[in-house]
Amino acid sequence: MTDLDSFREDTRAWLEENCPASMRTPAAEDEVVWGGRNAVYKHPDSRIWLDRMAAKGWTCPTWPAEYGGGGLDKAQSLILAEEMQRIGARPPLMSFGISMLGPVLLEMATHEQKLEHIPKIVRGEIRWCQGYSEPGAGSDLAGLGTKAILDGDHYLINGSKIWTSYADKADWIFCLVRTDFEVPKHSGISFILFDMQTPGVSTKPIKLISGNSVFCETFFDDVRVPARNVIGSLNDGWTIAKRLLQHERTMISGFGLSSGRNSRGGLGGSLEQTAMTYRGDTDKLSDPVLRDQIAQFKIDSEAFAFTSQRSAQEAKLSKGPNATSSMLKNYGCELNKRRFELLLQAAGTQALGWESLTADASDFAPEELSVAREWLRSKGNSIEGGTYEVQLNVIAKRVLGLPDMTTMLVKQ
Amino acid sequence: MSLVFNEDQLMLQESARSFCREQAPVAVLRNMRDTKDALGFPKSLWQSMVDLGWAGMAIPEVYGGFEFGYSGLGIVLEETGRTLVPTPLVSTILLSATAINLAGSDAQKTTLLPAIAAGESIVAFALEEGAFHNPAHVSLSAVKTAEGYELNGVKKFVLDAAAADHFVVVARSSGYAGDTNGISLFLLDSKTPGILVQPLSMVDSRSAANVSFDKVNVPAGALLGIEGAGWPALERTLDIGRIGLSAEMLGSIQEVFERTVEYLKQRTQFGVQIGAFQALQHRAALMYSEIELCKSLVRKALSELDRGDDAQDIPALASMCKAKLCEVSALISNEGVQMHGGIGMTDEFDLGFFLKRARVAQQMLGDVLFHRDRYASLRGF
Repeated sequence: MTDLDSFREDTRAWLEENCPASMRTPAAEDEVVWGGRNAVYKHPDSRIWLDRMAAKGWTCPTWPAEYGGGGLDKAQSLILAEEMQRIGARPPLMSFGISMLGPVLLEMATHEQKLEHIPKIVRGEIRWCQGYSEPGAGSDLAGLGTKAILDGDHYLINGSKIWTSYADKADWIFCLVRTDFEVPKHSGISFILFDMQTPGVSTKPIKLISGNSVFCETFFDDVRVPARNVIGSLNDGWTIAKRLLQHERTMISGFGLSSGRNSRGGLGGSLEQTAMTYRGDTDKLSDPVLRDQIAQFKIDSEAFAFTSQRSAQEAKLSKGPNATSSMLKNYGCELNKRRFELLLQAAGTQALGWESLTADASDFAPEELSVAREWLRSKGNSIEGGTYEVQLNVIAKRVLGLPDMTTMLVKQ
Repeated sequence: MSLVFNEDQLMLQESARSFCREQAPVAVLRNMRDTKDALGFPKSLWQSMVDLGWAGMAIPEVYGGFEFGYSGLGIVLEETGRTLVPTPLVSTILLSATAINLAGSDAQKTTLLPAIAAGESIVAFALEEGAFHNPAHVSLSAVKTAEGYELNGVKKFVLDAAAADHFVVVARSSGYAGDTNGISLFLLDSKTPGILVQPLSMVDSRSAANVSFDKVNVPAGALLGIEGAGWPALERTLDIGRIGLSAEMLGSIQEVFERTVEYLKQRTQFGVQIGAFQALQHRAALMYSEIELCKSLVRKALSELDRGDDAQDIPALASMCKAKLCEVSALISNEGVQMHGGIGMTDEFDLGFFLKRARVAQQMLGDVLFHRDRYASLRGF
């Protein structure tokens, strides 16, 4: 038996013993564990599951063991993922610390900074939010104006951020601030971490078209942050910001992956089953145009899943996420948006209810109402993490090597 | 399963690419068109490809092949798509050799497969009867006689019929057009009395013909497989053909796309390279993304075929490949011409050859609508 075989055997046995039966089902949206100081465990077993996995470092399987990670190599982590998938185990923890900040800290932070932050990400003790966009700096992110001015061994931070996901629930923020005002915009930015409980930090949720408030406005009013909390070199924050964006895109492109899966349907089944059910069809979808569109969508979804696999295999051969992250982000987001548009067509006006006015939900079922809200939410997919258009610019310039008009304009 | 090429595959790609660039550029096809070549492909060029082992890649070793696998054959097809080199790869290797290997008796395989692998035999595949791919809609009749069978009917758009020494003929021995039961495959000499080959001049300048069968008498030994039960072998043969043709189309779209991006970097208007304009950049970026999906689909399908008896989901993979490649092939060939502007409309420039080949390849073995419909049925809706 090879080492990998015995690793698989041990992993399977451990999961069998330690993954509670209730954690072997897909998590409802409000059951997802985000961790943090005010962590919510809607399902009591989810806390047990998190603690057991975190103790082994398996919330972050490939991160180094010295910082609390699992210390697994790629082959082992693949086996762990396969074994979890085999029993339908939920991810024990979802967080921006895992998907965005952690990989960047491991690559760019000092040993002390890693020791301070990584173990808490692994254990889900600190929930992070991302301070990037500002009211005046969206697609032109490098135009950000939040100021950090050195005052002894601290920075004094003033300004505001917008579209900060879950800022009102987060414990710490990773934030882009301007630390040099005399140089070109990309060269004066630093990447800094601070506690959201620091005096002067306040947040205000933004009500969205879906009726929910996942994004916030975040204000900084004379916030004092230790200078040692800067990651990487001072004024080199843009390098880190771009690296982190690649990880963010990879995460967001996952929306497209899950949207193609048969199991995930807004209305008790796959997209095509929904379309058939709402039309009273039994063995074939009666609307030929919708049938063709759904077939096209599903083919793209399957092709996209193969492309994600291929990209991951290629990334293993080189190092880290590559230029295809922009392509995957865009395609994944468009797939998710297409899926919800098709779902509206599949279920007609039953997918367009806003809330139920009857005690027994005889007008609109809860899953029908959630389709409308998720459809609206999906419109943000191609805006967050760099807009669709910005990603196309990135592909055109970095992948295809086409000339950059914006630098031409600057030169003129 | 790896969707990334290994060292052997990269070497094969490199050698196939340089062979096609040097020995078989688009000029070869242009010359065949201008000289109205009757055969459909340059014989000596095909022999060079045979010498490189391309004809025997998917043929078992016991029958004179090399068993390099479908992934290898796919790489070769992709490179031939890049220069539009006319070859009997689709007709003889992907379709006929596959059908003989799947359905044939040991005697049939021993007679023809080594000859195909050695480049000594060209076998055309006679299936279509109308203007659209419709494999169950077969009405060419095969009626039992004392010695064997008599075939009567007409086949359309038979690739490489002019050069063929043998035909695989899809015929109906019982039932009606549209039934999957009652389909029988035959393997016969192209010189059998009663066969008339009428060459077609197609827009892609490749060889195709209508072939009529008038009281064609063949011995019982010409039956390929079991009488009336030819459908499963036919379906698998067509799926392999669809995947292989998708690989060829993948090569063509990459070539057109790369030439187009290069042109965007060279052509200057308003004092800048036109590739600096966002209206063109975004369209180029979208094409790039679609091509990446095509690559993944084709590689996935080819490597699945290489799993032999363990291969799964081949019908759906074949339809996904062909549907997606048809869609993207239309996009890239059209955008290629548009982005090249007036020069893209000239015959002197090669781009038109790609546009013409794209449309023929799109129709061949099922267009985008055919394959989305088939995929939907396979997935249960």
